[in-house]
Amino acid sequence: MTRSLRLVWVYPDLLSTYGDRGNLLVLERRARLRDIAVEPVFVNSDQPVPRDGDIYLLGGGEDLPQVLAARRLRADGGLAAAADRGAVVFAVCAGYQLLGHEFGGADGEPTAGLGILDIRSGRGERRAVGEIVADVDPALGVPALTGFENHQGVTRRGPDAVPLAQVTLGTGNGDGTEGAYAGRVLGTYLHGPALVRNPGLADLLLGWVAGPIRPLPAERDELALTLRRERLAAAAP
Amino acid sequence: MNKLPLRARLATSVGGAASRVSRLAGRGDGSVIGGVIGLRLEPGLLAMLAQDRQVVLVTGTNGKTTTTRLVTAALAPLGEQIASNAFGANMEAGMASALGQAPGATIAVLECDEKYIPSVLAATHARVLVLLNLSRDQMDRAAEIWLLARRWREAIAAAPDVQVVANADDPLIAWAACEAPHVTWVAAGQRWHDDSWCCPRCGSHLRRADDDWKCGECSFSRPPVRWALSGEDVIDPAGRVRPLDLALPGRANRSNAVVALAVAEVFGVGVVHALRGLRDVTSVAGRYTTVERRGVAIRLLLAKNPAGWLEALDVLRPPPEPVMLAVNAQVPDGRDTSWLWDVDYRRLRGRQVFVGGERRTDLAVRLEADDVTFEIVDGVDEAVDRLRHGRLEVIGNYTAFQQIRTALGRAA
Repeated sequence: MTRSLRLVWVYPDLLSTYGDRGNLLVLERRARLRDIAVEPVFVNSDQPVPRDGDIYLLGGGEDLPQVLAARRLRADGGLAAAADRGAVVFAVCAGYQLLGHEFGGADGEPTAGLGILDIRSGRGERRAVGEIVADVDPALGVPALTGFENHQGVTRRGPDAVPLAQVTLGTGNGDGTEGAYAGRVLGTYLHGPALVRNPGLADLLLGWVAGPIRPLPAERDELALTLRRERLAAAAP
Repeated sequence: MNKLPLRARLATSVGGAASRVSRLAGRGDGSVIGGVIGLRLEPGLLAMLAQDRQVVLVTGTNGKTTTTRLVTAALAPLGEQIASNAFGANMEAGMASALGQAPGATIAVLECDEKYIPSVLAATHARVLVLLNLSRDQMDRAAEIWLLARRWREAIAAAPDVQVVANADDPLIAWAACEAPHVTWVAAGQRWHDDSWCCPRCGSHLRRADDDWKCGECSFSRPPVRWALSGEDVIDPAGRVRPLDLALPGRANRSNAVVALAVAEVFGVGVVHALRGLRDVTSVAGRYTTVERRGVAIRLLLAKNPAGWLEALDVLRPPPEPVMLAVNAQVPDGRDTSWLWDVDYRRLRGRQVFVGGERRTDLAVRLEADDVTFEIVDGVDEAVDRLRHGRLEVIGNYTAFQQIRTALGRAA
């Protein structure tokens, strides 16, 4: 790499509800352990979104901040432009929903999203709160997702988005699938620090921008893998 | 008290007996069970028990238990008996139980869970409502905090006589209280800003300069304050500066103390007298207590959410003082440990750090990401045995803290 990898955290002032910083910290750590230089970039909602980032991260948010974030991102145009030229976008929960064509606003009313992922979300009957486990699309070569979901969204995909995973425990999109991706734009209902328990997914994103990456030395990966095992075992029926 | 209808008197005495049985059986401190049984017999019990008493309700995400204790101490110079749910049992049953056990009390200082404020404010016709702060907390079961603030606004609008004592430094609190006819604004500080970047009224960016804040677009701004915390001192309404000199450690407790002084003012207790009471408080429901364990002096701190951890880390004695962190994720803690990633642990570098609790692996992964070295332990005694002497600071979240108190034999 001739320059640092730019990790852009989009709107931490609006889209950071519960531990979303974790995704940035995990990507940073896993890149540095492979001698890949990284530069975290924090972009608040009163600043323009840079168009030359490598990985864009969007977190979760309450209803009103989500509506505001969608409005400002549409007006700014930077994120859509970056996604257009092939940058990686990783979005969780409210961030995932607003990548789509529409989502449910503060009173459930349809609200325009960014339209960079072919999904539409609305509000479901009841809130999905708890551990979630899902088998990832084999095409991605990533082990099962483990995480926590806390949302009332129901998400349908159009023909241009593929399910990220199939739910084995929990709710996800509401139709047995979980998350969605298209090219290098990827979203999930696993909320907050989703990459912490899913280092394979973190490495997939890093590999998309940094090319083939080597595995971490076992002792550097041990704790995260222990945590994965613990949580998967605790979630097993 | 004798004016209570027969049914309520029966509910109170049956509840009181259950409390005593619960304590004798060693099942708890008896602060809830009596109220639960009493409320089952008479759903209007809380309103009946609160009748003819001057009630102070204390709520907010952090500092409820400590502030309740401090307000009680600040009102001590009145010489009246005061009812209080001093052990943090802050739902209706805990409040009813506290009132039922103190029939002669003319004043009640009640800690109230954030969600229950609308019903409890209506039931008790409280004289004072204390609003401390709002920040993210146990998101798997608590309401989103903006919605909470909106419900408080509606509850306050329906209780126009209540004197609100509110923290002007927390924009969400200011929004919740700003339409109330009677507000004592207190500059109690806000260490945690990550839930208040945007205007609660219009959603635009808040502009901050030192402690001041105002919306960049609408007219919403920090209200002028009557009481202020300034470093180690309190500034009273006359502008006089006095050192607080509390026995309790930390900025958060100085903040709680200034709020307590503002409540005391409502009751006509002067700042000099009220301060004397505040300075006598040394521990609150086991928090800040120092316990000797096999040659190690352990100080216990409780932190339940990111804002609370930020304040607890502030309280720690400087490095290399060893620290043990303990985290659980039982229902009262919140089942979700994501919040660990909202806390900046880099400040623990350069200390010996022990990691315990049922979710110690989650915590260990978090510390690893912050380049903090740590040792995993099975319980507080393992940390004590590795240290053998000196001091140990322990920070735990709710049930982890209770487990450690139990392990230390309730001496704590």
